[in-house]
Amino acid sequence: MENVRNHRKEIRGQGLECGKNLQCRQNLEFGLRIRLNQRQKARILLIFSVIFLTVTVILGICFHDAAMVTDFSRKNLAPCLSYPFGTDWLGRNMFCRTLTGLSTSILIGILAAGFSAIMALILGICAATLGKTADSGITFVIDMVMGIPHVLLLILISYAMGKGLKGVIVGVALTHWTSLARLIRGEVLQLRESEYIQIAAKLGCSKWQIARKHMLPHLFPQFVVGLVLLFPHAILHESSITFLGFGLSTEQPAIGIILSESMRYLIMGKWWLAVFPGLMLVLTVVLFEKGGTALRQILDPGSVHK
Amino acid sequence: MILEAKDISFSYSGKGGELFSNINFKVENNERVWIPGPSGYGKTTLCKILAGYLKPCKGQVLLDGKPLPNKGYCPVQMIWQHPEKAVNPRLKMEKILSDGGTVEERIIEGLGIEEDWMNRYPQELSGGELQRFCIARALRKETRFLIADEISTMLDLITQSQIWNFLLEEVKRREIGLIVVSHSNTLLEQVAERKLPFMAEIDAA
Repeated sequence: MENVRNHRKEIRGQGLECGKNLQCRQNLEFGLRIRLNQRQKARILLIFSVIFLTVTVILGICFHDAAMVTDFSRKNLAPCLSYPFGTDWLGRNMFCRTLTGLSTSILIGILAAGFSAIMALILGICAATLGKTADSGITFVIDMVMGIPHVLLLILISYAMGKGLKGVIVGVALTHWTSLARLIRGEVLQLRESEYIQIAAKLGCSKWQIARKHMLPHLFPQFVVGLVLLFPHAILHESSITFLGFGLSTEQPAIGIILSESMRYLIMGKWWLAVFPGLMLVLTVVLFEKGGTALRQILDPGSVHK
Repeated sequence: MILEAKDISFSYSGKGGELFSNINFKVENNERVWIPGPSGYGKTTLCKILAGYLKPCKGQVLLDGKPLPNKGYCPVQMIWQHPEKAVNPRLKMEKILSDGGTVEERIIEGLGIEEDWMNRYPQELSGGELQRFCIARALRKETRFLIADEISTMLDLITQSQIWNFLLEEVKRREIGLIVVSHSNTLLEQVAERKLPFMAEIDAA
């Protein structure tokens, strides 16, 4: 009798365990499905952002002349079919102006973020490989630049460089490299100490081979994602210092200028002068951010298992 | 060939607090020896010194009277305790295996490495499967001594015997000196011929 009861308990226990396993497996399968979708989602998001941004840049360049045309017969028109973003007090087509402004912003962003990222790469690798003095020197500079508020430093540099396009690009490039440089320095330091790099050296790989074969696959995604995620910062900071009057000159159709000029007309009910350019700026920045995050997901093989 | 440890002392801080001091022994390339000692007494550190990963504070490691080469393939190869840390997580197994040049087909087959594993990333293989790759890439023609630091601790018994059978056969055939670290006495009885004079005083106590 006792035996039978024990046996029954055992069976019941097994049954319970089976049930648990089944549930686990179902959860696993469910998770797998979501994961696949996330990866595909990331890819779609990335393609969409890239297309949107390229189209914006190309249209902006095409519309450059149209954006400068003033026509007093059509001033202060509310958004309609022929002028989707309306026109301003000089009768300029706001749709063209917005796109041109955005394309200028994106191009400035690419230049500034590119310079910044290259600076970060060089300084990060120097800090990690050139010994203690170089490391503490570069780390000190990183901490110092990070310690000063971005916008303040940007205004200072831009003003010192004589404002304009050059001032903005140099300003953004000199203020945004720090976090990426710190990231790359840490990554290289960690890689150098890792077992597989040491083993590779003992297996006869030269320093160059190790850097190319073993370190590059780790650094490249960090660098590219860092570069892409620098764009939104660069664009926003470009717009904000232009808005504050320390950036591009007023005749250029930049988003910052459009926004600062529209401020005066906003209280007079010309809401479209600020709303559409502002929305487009937010959209661009968000798309860059999402595209960068999607890129990170795609480039990291480990993320398949998260 | 003779691998010789000559008056080796080591401390991690660089001054004082020595992990071990004045270690002396010789291993020939047709011998199979084991390093005794409880956990935390520097067996792995000694392995790293013998394979040239660490420089001893005092003394020298000599291979036929000459120090180990700093560049190129090291004739003393070490197989590490944690295979998942010993492979680059961003490379495919194929590339990891080719780190030290091409590996003979015979070795790949003998270790039971399947063709299908070559195109995977390390995260997609188990510890035992990874350890086979680590062993395979350390068995190039130039290898004269092999240091096996707890290489089978995390494996099941069947995989253990599979790997060790192959390794023993290979080592005997090619006259590679084998230095083993393990906490399993049954394994050591099967694999090793003699004990190195390391931690002798602790062992005697």
